[in-house]
Amino acid sequence: MNQKSKETVALGHDIRLELYKLQLELRYCEKRAYDLFLQNLIKGTSHLSLGQEAIAAGFGVAMRPDDYTFCTYRGHAHTLARGASMEGVLGELMGRECGLLGGKGGSMHLTDVSKGAMGSYAIIGAHLPVAAGAAWSAQYRGTEQVAVCFFGDGTTNIGAFHEALNFSVIWKLPVIFVCENNLYMEYTPIGSVTAVEHPAADRAAAYNLEKVVVDGNDADEVYRTAAKYMARAREGGGPALIECMTYRHSGHSRADPGQYRPPGELDRWLERDPLKIYRERLLGLGIVEATLIDLEGEAMRKVDAATETAKASPAPGLDGIHKNVWADGGAAWRN
Amino acid sequence: MAELTYREAVAAGIAQEMRRDDNVVFLGEDIGAAGGVFKATVGLFEEFGPRRVRDTPISEQAILGAAMGAAMTGLKPIAEIMFSDFLAVCWDIVANEMAKMRYMTDGQVTMPVVIRTANGAGSRFGAQHSQAVENWAMAVPGLKVIAPAFPADVKGLIAAAVRDPDPVLVFEQKSLYAFKGEVPDGEVVDELGKAKVLRQGKDCTIVALALMVHRALAAAEILEKEHGISCTVVDVRSLVPLDTVTILAEVAKTGRLVTIEENPRLCGWGAEIASIVADEIFWDLDGPIIRITTPHLPLPAADYLEDNTIPSVERIVREIRERID
Repeated sequence: MNQKSKETVALGHDIRLELYKLQLELRYCEKRAYDLFLQNLIKGTSHLSLGQEAIAAGFGVAMRPDDYTFCTYRGHAHTLARGASMEGVLGELMGRECGLLGGKGGSMHLTDVSKGAMGSYAIIGAHLPVAAGAAWSAQYRGTEQVAVCFFGDGTTNIGAFHEALNFSVIWKLPVIFVCENNLYMEYTPIGSVTAVEHPAADRAAAYNLEKVVVDGNDADEVYRTAAKYMARAREGGGPALIECMTYRHSGHSRADPGQYRPPGELDRWLERDPLKIYRERLLGLGIVEATLIDLEGEAMRKVDAATETAKASPAPGLDGIHKNVWADGGAAWRN
Repeated sequence: MAELTYREAVAAGIAQEMRRDDNVVFLGEDIGAAGGVFKATVGLFEEFGPRRVRDTPISEQAILGAAMGAAMTGLKPIAEIMFSDFLAVCWDIVANEMAKMRYMTDGQVTMPVVIRTANGAGSRFGAQHSQAVENWAMAVPGLKVIAPAFPADVKGLIAAAVRDPDPVLVFEQKSLYAFKGEVPDGEVVDELGKAKVLRQGKDCTIVALALMVHRALAAAEILEKEHGISCTVVDVRSLVPLDTVTILAEVAKTGRLVTIEENPRLCGWGAEIASIVADEIFWDLDGPIIRITTPHLPLPAADYLEDNTIPSVERIVREIRERID
């Protein structure tokens, strides 16, 4: 995988098909999550990445299996992109025993440490310094692992963003900060609450970092950028801050129909749907449509199977409530 | 046995653990080359070097976030927050992240991190540099909380905290840093969750923490000699886990509970102990529970005002004398 990451010029068909397959799975799984909401099988809140799949996929394919992912409450896609089981994700959203976290975390905290998915963090900004810490640990242990930290445009206005960037640069940590700029902090246009045009990239200079803005709806561009800066970080070149321009097709969360968006904006972005772009590109590169149809069918079958498994899974056992506060497995605070 | 100051015991405890385990690392503001603003970490930078003893910018969220990320991926970080009051600027990392990560992931994540911080009054630093905030941490499930009163406990409990696989907050008493006490030679490793009975009496059981332990002992001496009231003194040492076995047994023996708390009145740690005692051994009590606390106020700075705000030896003597007979 390391060699592959360093390959920044040519993208072979194998990697492109992998990127397409992963984007399909992320898209179909998020759509399924939405459907399950409507059926009242998913409770609470949930934040979908519909329209933003190319970022999670581009990084997911470029990362080494032992690299670390830190993401936000909009983290279903990033967690799946590291190889976390789909029934584990859907099961967690549905509050079932088969959930990745046994029902104790929920949609906003998906984690699969065995796959390097080191947590989804629901307090804005919190995970940037945590990712820096994992990168520090990798640097200290000499493992050449990289930590990749995804966050939204709204995060760039909270203190932890700035603390983490400065800290990572002065310690030259192998961490890649990835801003998914989907133009809205929750319900408010990011431009109306931010002093600069590019909320992340225009702050890079303050931390002696390069300004990097990429098309976050183009999985190839994301993959190439990810591979380039991760290779540099592995070699001791320190952190990067990458702003990926994208758009969420749905509202901020389950409760939000997204009515604050000006008419026509969504339609324009749907024209730039990462899956649509990618499918056209693959066909243009001479990949036969039957291959793509096969991948699409396979991805849908995977989502269907995961849905059925999760639906069949019972509610978590009540004995779990008092487990795993402490490393001894229990919750005792007194003798 | 060697005589060490409380601050020397801090450095000795950290050094002992860093020598033992290469994965123990230490970070914070001014802790390295400067030896700490309270000089509690003198010598560590020289012995372990800048790779393991790392000075940081004034970025408390970054300090604790980095400690957390490192703890989740194989290191055993000790992070210093210079004054415990500053925990308020990084409380998200402490209370929302470190404390809950293991539970929320149903055990996927282990969080062996130690947060050391200088706590409490007595230095005339005013309301933002003198608070006793151990009760903030006690209120959050997922955090272990200790507050040693003597140099030997400092060294042994820091060692125990470093070896513990869960997040531990060590509240060091800043006005005790110069206090001297005997510390055993060689490796010292204590146990979290164990209170210590420092004095046995028959009329009442005083339960105290950190600086208040010293004042409780001084008050007990005066009460015994001058007023014929004999007091048991229990040093709680560890709020979470809490040694209720020792506390309940000692209260049952005398039939009276007095807590002495530096926390402001509302929801000070003693309120929880009073509640447990009232709930579980009410019929062993011979009289009301007495809580002697700092009033529910921000702390004033002037020495005369501060001395008349946190519980003093004189006030402890007076209140116990007036209420126990």
